[in-house]
Amino acid sequence: MKFIDPHIHPSSRTTDDYERMALSGCVAITEPAFWAGFDRDSARGFYDYFRQLTEYEPRRAGQYGIKHYTWICINPKEADDPQFAREVMAIFSEFLDKPNVLGIGEIGLNKNTKNELTILEEQIELAAQYNQMILVHTPHLEDKLKGTRLIMDALENNGKIDPQRVMIDHAEEHTVGEILDRGFWAGLTIYPNTKCTPQRAADILEIHGTERIWVNSAADWGPSDPLAVPKCGVELKRRGHSDELVTKVIFDNPQTFLSQNERFTL
Amino acid sequence: MKKSTSTCDRTGLIDLYFLEHRAKLIDIGAFLDRLNRADAPGNPEDFRIKAFQKASAILTDESPDKAKRILEVFSDHTPDLADSAPLSKGAAGAAQEEVK
Ligand SMILES: [Zn+2]
Repeated sequence: MKFIDPHIHPSSRTTDDYERMALSGCVAITEPAFWAGFDRDSARGFYDYFRQLTEYEPRRAGQYGIKHYTWICINPKEADDPQFAREVMAIFSEFLDKPNVLGIGEIGLNKNTKNELTILEEQIELAAQYNQMILVHTPHLEDKLKGTRLIMDALENNGKIDPQRVMIDHAEEHTVGEILDRGFWAGLTIYPNTKCTPQRAADILEIHGTERIWVNSAADWGPSDPLAVPKCGVELKRRGHSDELVTKVIFDNPQTFLSQNERFTL
Repeated sequence: MKKSTSTCDRTGLIDLYFLEHRAKLIDIGAFLDRLNRADAPGNPEDFRIKAFQKASAILTDESPDKAKRILEVFSDHTPDLADSAPLSKGAAGAAQEEVK
């Protein structure tokens, strides 16, 4: 089952996971910059992280025939300190030209604060200035509904952002309809306890259709599953959906979205 | 928008999923029993459990979109934004506001 996992954090996982993903049919992944599970002490910590994402991880993935792409940003959790966030944003330009960088991400909100929103707006403006695609992280649990709406408002208020070049990730039943209605792409994250199961992702695809939607694992240092994307494919097949539909969801759709940046090739 | 439905009929879906969700329902019953055994008399109910009880009622009502409506019960509907986040930065799974 050939697939792309368009949102995963392999820098916090083992090489064994790359092997298991390759064995399961993974041909490409994209790795957004995110929170490390603790707040970094200086902007220099991000410099090293961005080097890992643009130099080291592509080589590690390449050993298993997996193409590695990435996204650069200051994540919403650490964006709550605006001065610190701006120090990190000052080093973006050095990395946006790297051959595996597809855009700005995963930006968004975490606790829906004014500080987070300020830095989100500044990163959206940066994306507009550099003509970058955007990958959005929506907040967790009780903060998701309000945060998803605030993020879409901020994207629209900028006035220069094409919604077709924005992926709004970690959508669930209460946010996916509005994301699609407002013209953005929606991402379904299959992640234990806090996000979707393969079954619920399949339900959402049955209800909302398969246009402008991708599925991903967002596998990271928490309990998560690097094989979540093919498991969603198996779930769709178990319900009798066609091979064409499964391929559209787990391969064609991410390829279509990501290919809007000509750096993305398979 | 291209939509599609499962090729399974209702009985096929029950065959596929009944045991899995039967087990989840028993898990919820056991969780509530566990809470009851640990009752602290006089304490106001935890905001998460208030939301849990409100969400549980959706399971047995007659209306569709149950998953969406359950997620909405657990969502923060306040319009205001805090200046900055508390140190923990985590989410609790239910909003702190009073469940009506
Ligand atoms: Zn992520």
